[in-house]
Amino acid sequence: MRRLIYFVLTFVVWILAAWPFVDGRLDLQVVVAGLLASFLVAMLFHDILPKEHHVFISPTRVFWFLVYVPVFLYYVVRANLDVVYRALHPAMPIKPGIVKIKTNLKTDSAITALANSITLTPGTLTVDLTDDGYLYVHWINVKSDDVEQATQFISRRFEWFLHKIFE
Amino acid sequence: MSDILGIFMIAVGILFNLFGCIGLVRFPDVYNRLQAATKCVTLGTVMLLVGVALIAGVGPTAAKAIICAVFVLVTSPTAAHAIAKGAYASGVALWEKTVVDKYAQQCAEAKS
Repeated sequence: MRRLIYFVLTFVVWILAAWPFVDGRLDLQVVVAGLLASFLVAMLFHDILPKEHHVFISPTRVFWFLVYVPVFLYYVVRANLDVVYRALHPAMPIKPGIVKIKTNLKTDSAITALANSITLTPGTLTVDLTDDGYLYVHWINVKSDDVEQATQFISRRFEWFLHKIFE
Repeated sequence: MSDILGIFMIAVGILFNLFGCIGLVRFPDVYNRLQAATKCVTLGTVMLLVGVALIAGVGPTAAKAIICAVFVLVTSPTAAHAIAKGAYASGVALWEKTVVDKYAQQCAEAKS
């Protein structure tokens, strides 16, 4: 069943990306190649994709996801202005370090989303994570090396949303 | 109208890419450079693609551009994470003015 879902999803992405409708006719070659590629992807990777299917159909989760997107984009833009400022400032005001933060999220997809969100937001880059819910984060401007406070600064703002979306 | 907006997006995207590259040259070690490389280059590239989608209008080109944008947004932080972890594992040192390195303890404990 899971394989079928991923097969269909991959094929839809393929169709959108390759767009085999030339002059109103279907280009069979592209479609067959797409079927083969989607089949391979579904067979090889069905078990590395997230197991929580309910996430993608529940309306409240989709709603929170749609709320999360602009919040996330806001932080991405802020992150960029932050990096631009640090890169262009003659004195290069950086104070880097690797800190440890704690997350209460449990599911794989939620933690993946959190790690990626951390990487794309101001001054932080996820280096590694442990099985017991700690993340090691490279921070370009360390404000606190305490686990609790660093968590407060780095991941609180996302955890709340991701909890609503994924768990 | 959407042409002007698209060109504006492309211009700003290129600017962000440029600043990302300046950061890449100026920052002292792998980890800081990755910060500049992932953040600026991701947003820059996404803005370029959105600009292309705006100029092309609704259609296959825009669909492709948006798909590429989503993939860049999802894969680039993952790649940065892999590079950072790989760099640390193969012993690339942090900058000498680094304030704190909690990860060293973790690695030491994992070895013992």
